[in-house]
Formats: sequence, C-alpha cells, structure tokens
Amino acid sequence: MNSFDSNPATNSLISSEADSQRTLYPYVTGTSVVGIKYKDGILLAADMGGSYGSTLRYKSVERLKPVGKHSLIGASGEISDFQEIMRYLDDLILSDNMWDDGNSLGPKEVHNYLTRVMYNRRNKFNPLWNSLVLGGVKNGQKYLGTVSMIGVHYEDNHVATGFGNHLARPLLRDEWRENLTFEEGVILLEKCMRVLLYRDRSAVNKLQIAKITEEGVTISPPYSLKTFWNFSAFENPTHGAEGSW
Amino acid sequence: MFRNQYDTDVTTWSPAGRLFQVEYAMEAVKQGSAAIGLRSKSHVVLACVNKSNSELSSHQKKIFKVDDHIGVAISGLTADGRVLSRYMRNECINYFYSYESQLPVGRLVVQLADKAQVCTQRSWKRPYGVGLLVGGLDESGAHLYYNCPSGNYFEYQAFAIGSRSQAAKTYLERKFETFMESSRENLIKDALFALRETLQGEKLTSSTCTIAVVGVGEAFHILDQETVQALINEFEIAGEEAPADEAAAPDQADDSESSATAADQVTPSDPDVAPMDM
Repeated sequence: MNSFDSNPATNSLISSEADSQRTLYPYVTGTSVVGIKYKDGILLAADMGGSYGSTLRYKSVERLKPVGKHSLIGASGEISDFQEIMRYLDDLILSDNMWDDGNSLGPKEVHNYLTRVMYNRRNKFNPLWNSLVLGGVKNGQKYLGTVSMIGVHYEDNHVATGFGNHLARPLLRDEWRENLTFEEGVILLEKCMRVLLYRDRSAVNKLQIAKITEEGVTISPPYSLKTFWNFSAFENPTHGAEGSW
Repeated sequence: MFRNQYDTDVTTWSPAGRLFQVEYAMEAVKQGSAAIGLRSKSHVVLACVNKSNSELSSHQKKIFKVDDHIGVAISGLTADGRVLSRYMRNECINYFYSYESQLPVGRLVVQLADKAQVCTQRSWKRPYGVGLLVGGLDESGAHLYYNCPSGNYFEYQAFAIGSRSQAAKTYLERKFETFMESSRENLIKDALFALRETLQGEKLTSSTCTIAVVGVGEAFHILDQETVQALINEFEIAGEEAPADEAAAPDQADDSESSATAADQVTPSDPDVAPMDM
C-alpha cells in the first residue's frame, strides 16, 4: 500500500483546489476476503477487523454484505470507501427494483458496474481504496469475480484480495474442485482463514462466512477459529538463528 | 378529422379532453406503408412492405437492427424513425458498457415511450410521427411491443401498423392463438401471408417486402432477398390463397369477434373516442 507515495512533489502535477477531497491514503482498513464457488453457489469469508494503521482498532466490522437478490459483496481496504460503495449499490438496486418489471440485475451486471465505477475513479486520481469480491447465483449460473482499486477485474472459481492472494489462493489451487459440498467449502475456507490468521498481522480472530445460492443469502454470525501455538519451533523461536536473541 | 381551434399546439387540450396534435401524429403512422410483427415463445418476426418513390430509387429502410437481441420496424415519418432507432441503439450500447449484459426489451420500450411522452407536453416540440414495432428477446422470452406517438406502448402477440394494416390484422386475429407454439418457419410464413393481405392483389415478391427475424440463439438480422424469394416460392403464396386453418372454416369472412391482444383500431372519424385512450 505504501508504494502509492504521498510525496507532494509528484502530486503537484495533478493537483487542484479539490485536492483535499481526493483519497490519498487509506485510514481504516479491512484485510483479506476469500471466495470460492461450490455446488449450490458461492461462499465468501472475511474477518471482522478494521485496522487503523498497525493498530487492530475495530473488531466488529462487517465486510460481507448482500446486494439485491442475487449477489454478495466482500470488501478489503478503506472501510469508509466500502460504505460509499454500498450507497452506490443501494441506489443501483433501488432503481432496478423501481422498474418493477420482473428483470433484475445479476452478479455479472453488478460486477461490471463496480468495475466501471472503480476504473473511472482511478482515472480521476481519486480512487475508492478497496479490493472487492463479488459473487452470486442467477438462474442457476454461478458467478464469482473481483475488482481492484485500479479497475483490474476478472472472474474465477476462487478469488481473494490482499494477503489472501498470496496465502489462500495457492491452497485453493491445490484443493479446490468443482461441486464441493457446503461443509467441504467451509472447511476449505477455514483452512485459508487460519493460515491468514497466523501469518497476516492485520487479521483478527473473528470472522464471518457468507453463502449465496439460488434461494438467497445467509451470513453467519461471527465466530472464532481454533488455533494451535504449541509448535516446538515456537518454544525457542530463535534456536539456530545466528546473531539473534 | 377536421381542423379546429384546438389543434395548433400540442399543449392545448380540446374541450373534449383530446390533444389533437398527438392524434394527428398517429394519423401519420397510418399513412406509412405497412409493418407487421408476430412472436412465438422463442422468436419474433418483423415484416414490412417496401415503398419507394419511383422505380428509379431504392426503397426506404423501415427495419432497423437495434442490438443483437432487438430490432424495430417503423411506419410513418421515416426520418423520425431513424432518429429514434439511433436513440435505441445508444441506450443498448450504454447499458452493455455498464453492465456487460443486454438491455431488457421491456425497459428500452419504456424509455422510448417516456421520450415520446415528453414531446406531447412541451410547447416547443412536436410528437414523433412514427409508430414502432419493437421485437426482442430477454430473460423472460420473446416480446413484441408497439410504441405510439402518444407515448403509450402495448405488448402484442401480433400486430400490424400503417396503410391497409387492417387487412393484415384480420388475418392475424384469426391465427394468433397458434403463434406462441409456432415454429420459426411457420411464424415467417404467417408474416408473409399477413403482409400479402396488405398488398391487396399486388404480387408478393422479395423486392416488395423485407423480413427480419430474432430468436433464441439467433441474433436479429434481415433475411436476404434470395432467402425471402425462396420462402415465398416454397409457400407458393405469390398468387394463391392463404391456407384454411384447422380451427376456423375457410370462410375469409371476418372471424374477428375474438379481439386479439391487439388493440382495436378505432376509426378516426369517431369524434367521441380519443384513439390514444386505450
């Protein structure tokens, strides 16, 4: 995240009076979101942490939300920007419902809409500082996609944001298969979330798993993963490390 | 219809509660050459009579592709029709850009109707002088709509507009109940028969008509001349009678008691009923 430098010298090329209104760096952030397709639909997992820099400040942030009848969104990055995105999506779904004509926006349409929003904001040098996961089912078709703050977007059988890309995706590449049952999907996601909990310093041990099927959305109440810290390597962590104490 | 003191402005009501400018615009639709639409569960066929100023000129384009899943046939002021087609194409493209998915026909039709309504409520505008038969596919199946200069729109199983369209409507009213389950070929055949009715004895050849089809797995396209001529020959309808139906007896007398989903065309000389109040 710090690669997006806030050096005023580079900013001046693109600065204007409205500079104070542009997003320059994130303040309260959420960490990874992981999503997989399974037999009946999509499963998403995200913890409930809102970090304030290196402080794990907020521990009940809901980062998974339903969108309309057919979609689920999970967000990492700046929480206030996610709240702004939810406002956009609520307006979008409202307009869609107001047609009252039996047509409705599916996950693919919502994903594309978000891509356009994210990319357009990036072009104005005022990004929504989020990486989003968008999943859903419509008319039996499962859909799972992701959009980043610069508008990079793609769909896949399993997606993740942030650290999840580095720690969870390799696990999913090895262990994901078509038509996982719900129980198998949850076990797989918990495995990913556990690794993230051990290795991502912004992760907190309080998570939610959300499921979407043709029938609708269910978001689990918050719960914690069991962790094991009695590995022998942890007893004397610097054993064999020259120069360490 | 007669000239009177309430018909100069579209924003002037008559004492009988009519907007004459709008009704005059609908007259313009009736003067255009015929356009016909029919639909089944999976296909929509649009057909129209080709009109040209002289033998030397080409005929006017009356069927427009709006998107892969939507097409429109017009009758009336073709210039207005062209402009509205461009609007429709724009709306479809913009929707696809934002949502990567096709604009549902029902929504396009409402947008078109709202656009037409604006012209009935601004003193500096005039109503569009064109009727549009919009045929398209969306998630809920195949649809055929008629958009009117008044800003009204209706969904139809089959409909005909333009001059001598009543003859086509009579034919369609006899057969419309079979359309929903019809095959693509039979639907086109019925379109050709209906079109022939409007020609009142003139020969039906591929140069006097245009046919377009859209269906499940089939993008909207206009059939080329050879295909149409082949179909006409195949159905041997160039000079022969339409086949007798299974249900109705071969009497060509109007069996149109069963008024179809198509709205009845109130004769314009009826001063008491405003045609657009349907």
